[in-house]
Amino acid sequence: MLTAIIAVVVTAAFSQNFILVKFLGICPFLGVSKRTSGAASMGVAVTLVMLLATLVTYPLYVYVLTPLKIEFLEIIFFIFIIAALVQMLEKIIAKLSPALYRTMGIYLPLITTNCAILGVAELVLVNDLSEIVSGSAAISMNLGFALLYALFAGLGFTLAMVLMGGVRERLEKLPVAKCLKGFPITMVAASLMAMAFYVFTLI
Amino acid sequence: MKNKYAKIAFDGLITNNASFKLVLGTCAALGMSSSAIGGFGMGISVTVVLLLSNVLISMLRKVIPSAVRIPAFVVIIATLVTLLRMALEKYMPDLYDSMGVFLPLIVVNCMILGRAEAFASKQPVLDSAIDGVSTGLGFTVALTLMGVIREFFGSGSFFGIELFDFSIGFFASAPGAFFTYGICIALFLLITDNVEKTARKKRARAFRVSQSAPLPAPEETEKKEAETC
Repeated sequence: MLTAIIAVVVTAAFSQNFILVKFLGICPFLGVSKRTSGAASMGVAVTLVMLLATLVTYPLYVYVLTPLKIEFLEIIFFIFIIAALVQMLEKIIAKLSPALYRTMGIYLPLITTNCAILGVAELVLVNDLSEIVSGSAAISMNLGFALLYALFAGLGFTLAMVLMGGVRERLEKLPVAKCLKGFPITMVAASLMAMAFYVFTLI
Repeated sequence: MKNKYAKIAFDGLITNNASFKLVLGTCAALGMSSSAIGGFGMGISVTVVLLLSNVLISMLRKVIPSAVRIPAFVVIIATLVTLLRMALEKYMPDLYDSMGVFLPLIVVNCMILGRAEAFASKQPVLDSAIDGVSTGLGFTVALTLMGVIREFFGSGSFFGIELFDFSIGFFASAPGAFFTYGICIALFLLITDNVEKTARKKRARAFRVSQSAPLPAPEETEKKEAETC
């Protein structure tokens, strides 16, 4: 049990890092990673929505869609749940903590079309944990593992975002060839970072 | 560009190339370009969804109230992707397996929603159809090109046909994807910039000869950041 938990944590956050290994959530990675602080806020917002979305979509799929034999409608249901959750979260944060809303608020609407959220909701729909966590023993998937996977996938996402924010703050001050400015040089930097994360896949 | 339709097609394919110019749909571009066939399959799937969603949204553009247009677009796109998923599972199981999680993620491909919002919700059906096909094909060409490069260096083959017996693991893995994409964007910008510059020079010379007036101001290339996606 404990080894399975450790395996999920390491896999979700490092060896199958959502941005740098699985290529999910690249849009915010390129769009909102200009400053470390903005990147961190976006990362926290994404982690929160990932966790909430998985909390709703996984039971919905297992206890409602599967018994009714309408699994094929999952995409439509999931995207709606995510959109609704993001709206709800926005309203709640605005009401509870206006200060937090000001720092995080602008990132929230962007999350609906973030592939990482729908990606995690789709990825956890497996029968056996070993399908998404390489090297773990065959343990049947349950809500607890799904949530753990979502939480650490979100934290891994945040880590990659913050690292990229730091790199880009430096990159802006460097003299870069005109055609490489902006996205291309960011991609090359991401490539070097992905190389560092590639080491984790060898574990 | 004289013809309106030719202009729409040219915009979608080159001027506003979804992958290399606007940098949209990056997840799919990075994730599916490890082989030429994968990239091509993903591109064509997106093209089909884009064409159908553009046509449907353009037909319904007077019916959908603008306050709820985004959810309405999302439902249309999600339905199309669900249908595509069923069709691929039945008729092309190999491609279905290789696409994995990226198939449902076509729903959140910002390119499709972007074209729906920016083009199809305002333009007639035929224009939207051409826009959908050309944008989709621009994406397909970009993905296939990246797939060819990565497959060639990564395993020495071309569309699955083994040509040379060598492999550079870097190109087949995740870092290679980012690297290839970055270099492709840079080369694309370099080439289009140069072509534009020569065209502008030629135009300016013709203009000076005929009018002997000052140079026309260089056109600012429209720059849409992909930040909102």
